Amino acid sequence: MAWSPLLLFESPDKFVFRHIGPRPSDLEPMLEAVGAASLDALIDEAIPADIRLTGPLDLPEAESEHEYLTHLRATGARNKVFRSYIGLGYHDTITPSVILRNVVENPGWYTPYTPYQAEIAQGRLESLLNFQTMVADLTGMDVANASLLDEPTAAAEAMTLLHRSREAKSKKDARVFAVSDRVFPHTLDVLRSRAEPLGLELRIGDIESIELGDDVYGMYLQSPDDHGEVRDLTGLIDRAHAAGVLVAVGTDLLACAVCTPPGEMGADVVIGNSQRLGVPLGYGGPHAAFFATRNDFVRQAPGRLIGVSQDSAAQKAFRMALATREQHIRREKATSNICTAQALLANVAAMYGVFHGPGGLQRIAQRVHDVARVVAGELAALGFKQTNTAYFDTIRVDTGGATAWEAIRAAALARGINFRYPAPGIIALSINETVSREDALDIVGVFAEGVGKTPIPGLPPNDGRTLPQVLGALTRNSAFMTHPVFNSHHSETEMMRYIRSLERKDIGLDTSMIPLGSCTMKLNAASEMLPITWPEFSKLHPFIPADQAAGYRQIIAELERYLCAITGFAAASLQPNSGAQGEFAGLMVIQAWHRGRGETHRHVVLIPSSAHGTNPASAAMAGMRVVIVATDKHGNIDLDDLKNKAAAHAGDLSCLMVTYPSTHGVFEDAIREICRTVHEHGGQVYMDGANMNAQVGLTSPAAIGADVCHINLHKTFSIPHGGGGPGMGPIAVAAHLAPYLPSHPIVHVGGEKGIPAVSGAPFGSASILLISYGYIRMLGRDGVTEATKWAILNANYLKARLEKHYPVLYARKNGRVAHEMIFDLRAFKAHGVEEGDVAKRLMDYGFHAPTVSFPVPGTLMVEPTESEPRQELDRFADALIAIRQEIQDVIDGKADRKDNLLKNAPHTAAHVTATEWTHPYTREQAAYPLPYLKSHGKFWPAVGRIDNPYGDRNLICSCE
Amino acid sequence: MAWGLGVVMYPSDLKYTNEHEWVRLEDGSATVGITDYAQKQLGDVVFVELPAVGTAVKQGEVFGTIESVKAVSELYAPLTGEVSEVNGDLTNHPEAVNSKPHETWMIKIKLSDEGETASLLDADAYNKLVG
Repeated sequence: MAWSPLLLFESPDKFVFRHIGPRPSDLEPMLEAVGAASLDALIDEAIPADIRLTGPLDLPEAESEHEYLTHLRATGARNKVFRSYIGLGYHDTITPSVILRNVVENPGWYTPYTPYQAEIAQGRLESLLNFQTMVADLTGMDVANASLLDEPTAAAEAMTLLHRSREAKSKKDARVFAVSDRVFPHTLDVLRSRAEPLGLELRIGDIESIELGDDVYGMYLQSPDDHGEVRDLTGLIDRAHAAGVLVAVGTDLLACAVCTPPGEMGADVVIGNSQRLGVPLGYGGPHAAFFATRNDFVRQAPGRLIGVSQDSAAQKAFRMALATREQHIRREKATSNICTAQALLANVAAMYGVFHGPGGLQRIAQRVHDVARVVAGELAALGFKQTNTAYFDTIRVDTGGATAWEAIRAAALARGINFRYPAPGIIALSINETVSREDALDIVGVFAEGVGKTPIPGLPPNDGRTLPQVLGALTRNSAFMTHPVFNSHHSETEMMRYIRSLERKDIGLDTSMIPLGSCTMKLNAASEMLPITWPEFSKLHPFIPADQAAGYRQIIAELERYLCAITGFAAASLQPNSGAQGEFAGLMVIQAWHRGRGETHRHVVLIPSSAHGTNPASAAMAGMRVVIVATDKHGNIDLDDLKNKAAAHAGDLSCLMVTYPSTHGVFEDAIREICRTVHEHGGQVYMDGANMNAQVGLTSPAAIGADVCHINLHKTFSIPHGGGGPGMGPIAVAAHLAPYLPSHPIVHVGGEKGIPAVSGAPFGSASILLISYGYIRMLGRDGVTEATKWAILNANYLKARLEKHYPVLYARKNGRVAHEMIFDLRAFKAHGVEEGDVAKRLMDYGFHAPTVSFPVPGTLMVEPTESEPRQELDRFADALIAIRQEIQDVIDGKADRKDNLLKNAPHTAAHVTATEWTHPYTREQAAYPLPYLKSHGKFWPAVGRIDNPYGDRNLICSCE
Repeated sequence: MAWGLGVVMYPSDLKYTNEHEWVRLEDGSATVGITDYAQKQLGDVVFVELPAVGTAVKQGEVFGTIESVKAVSELYAPLTGEVSEVNGDLTNHPEAVNSKPHETWMIKIKLSDEGETASLLDADAYNKLVG
């Protein structure tokens, strides 16, 4: 390019060049392989003309990585990092540096997918088992799951679990869930939003006097409660059980280290947030909520559950247990619509537990409690009435009128301190592990200043004064976290090596391509990731005054605008914490709109048979009736069936849920007609945005005729999968639905007629919004569209390389697929070779399997994304072609039907190097079937094929 | 249970349903399990959820669920009556459903209407159904 003075200051380093895998020089050979004249010609062939966008997206021009980070520093500086003692389930914490550097900021931990392929996920599975063990031990329960999205939704899951588990005869018709009037306000709001569609009734009241009649099936209590009071719930739980009422308790994990845990008081379910165990606040998330229960209810538990089993060599191995509870099998009868958990954050909390051990946790908890007692004592000396009898970290002060209250508030703000001001005259504050002596003096000083007094100099116990005793009989006596894993890795050297030893067992994007169809495992760029741990973004409490989060608010407003531009919609809500939660939120918005028009009877949702299992599960959660629409032999929605069913339900049709491009990876031609039909019969169209990566800049949910969609930011917009979460599933809606976007009881968000909150925090997991924001800013208007085109090219390139070896199940009439495709392996089953064997054999070739048996049993669905270089696509294709020959050898009888490369896969290093080798193939064929494995480096699976039935028949879900 | 060349001969002393349960009728009582065909369709069974003794069951309605590693299926009562016995061994040994399907019973029903038995299939008819 000729030198131009105008271009002199433009960065020569374009992010689009880093994000997209293939080099410009690959374009021509790739186009030749797929038989397209140009990239744009390929796109014209892949996407129907009537849904194409006609102009460029209304997005900013691309910034270079350096420019973006500079921009974000300046924007972050608009946030004010105050000391927040607001509590409400969110507390500042100290992330140990060894965990920050080796887990939080490490792609080996944040890029892997949910551990469905357990043999190459033993590291994070072990860590998640540590999380489950830690939670079960601290809460005093039998078993805990591997995390949920947040505390309020965990409470909602408890509400539904207890309803499913209620006594069959005496409580058959009981629909009342009794809720203490001392639960967190955001928990109560989410319980409201989840109870109403299921026909469950909340009865809110004082727990001592709340009526537990025949109509009550369950109860939700909290200790420490909303005021900070720690309560002995034993008598109350006994009374509830005597009345046939099951009890869930919300609690604080750190409090459980020094206070009698709810499990020892008889609770049936214990839930809460594990955030304060080393996970940054991040203006609301992501954090891992926990869910613990008794063994009796484990099959009813929501979310993912890690269990112990054994591998082909009878060695201990971990994997996800009881998968039959999940939506892909039970669909609308699933225990919950939850898929994404918060694996990365659960792992951070678990590592915090491993690093500190039970003794360390107890010391941290005791210190928090002691500082709270010191502050309480000083405030009492200043004449303030502290209203909690027993407390852990939270004291609640009656300021004796609004004048002092206002003065304290002003003094606190002046010193950069946030308390909680729940009502005029009341101030609550929660001590956390970061509070220093100076912080405590400041807290006391602010109160003194508010009433014009001088605090007593010095603080007890250093000055000889004693502390008030407050826990008494509520002090924990039982041991916890006695397993060696929590008592071995306390030096940094040990800890670093333990983390690394686990990381080495897992395939993440730092190892090789993860070609999971429907999951969009694209690059999670370092420049997108860096800012999330900057203190100006990580240390903000979700309920601070808006002016302290001016930087965040700017980013959130801009991101909402970008998502509206990309979807073609008018407004967005960033509250939903996962795709499934977005589905629930979107359906509830649609229902609210129908109701607003007086159409209260519309409750039927049409769902194509090829839909992801979360669609029917979310519909069930929204209290709707699912009607399945058939799929034709080309994998498209059966238009006649759709028309018939839409017409038949014209009177009660709420909406259609449709994935586009379809779960079969094809842009269906009839989509506009499909949406029009649904509208004609009074329904709305919900578009599942799982496959948004094939749309951005080329078509849009609005262009196909949808009214609302969710956007999986952890797919299309680069948030890493974290080994099974976090995720984000914001929804975008057309103008008529905007008034109904979710509200929040503490922070003003959403539409003027907004539905109740669907998440605990107003902007969901706000800190990871930065990743998607960075993705869009750095790729810019042209780059996001370019990325979509290359995603489609990469998919069609793989199709071209592999379709001679494995039939591709569905494509457009011209042979083009969208961004993913399904390879049909069903013909091999007659020869004893199953799709699972191919998935496991790919591990020997260094690859993570594609999506197995979704959406069609007996198939593999491959999605390469735009970020994979051509060389990697070729290696992957070479591996699958080599495996095809191995299958052929079985078919031809050249390889044994049972003792072969596929059935024995994956091969571990121990297996291949054992003295004894009895297989009819060579060790080299087992471990080094292709030359690239030697030149490129070999990834060894940590365990052999895992025995799933064994683990589900002998269920163990904690360290043993 | 006899095995031919890959073909299961369904015992002639049992009755069958279209939902792939087998039924042994004795003295106004029915012993119920699932057929070899059903267990093959399910794969490795890991859990069987059964009703309590005394539960009323109705012909054609769900009385329990059976789970394999990758599927879950409902169990339908072949006849109407009251559950008189439940096979507690299945709690610890659900795999028996796979290894000995026609010997592994799930519940016994004290029948309230023996006339319903006429609707069950005999071995020949069931062989045709799954054949």
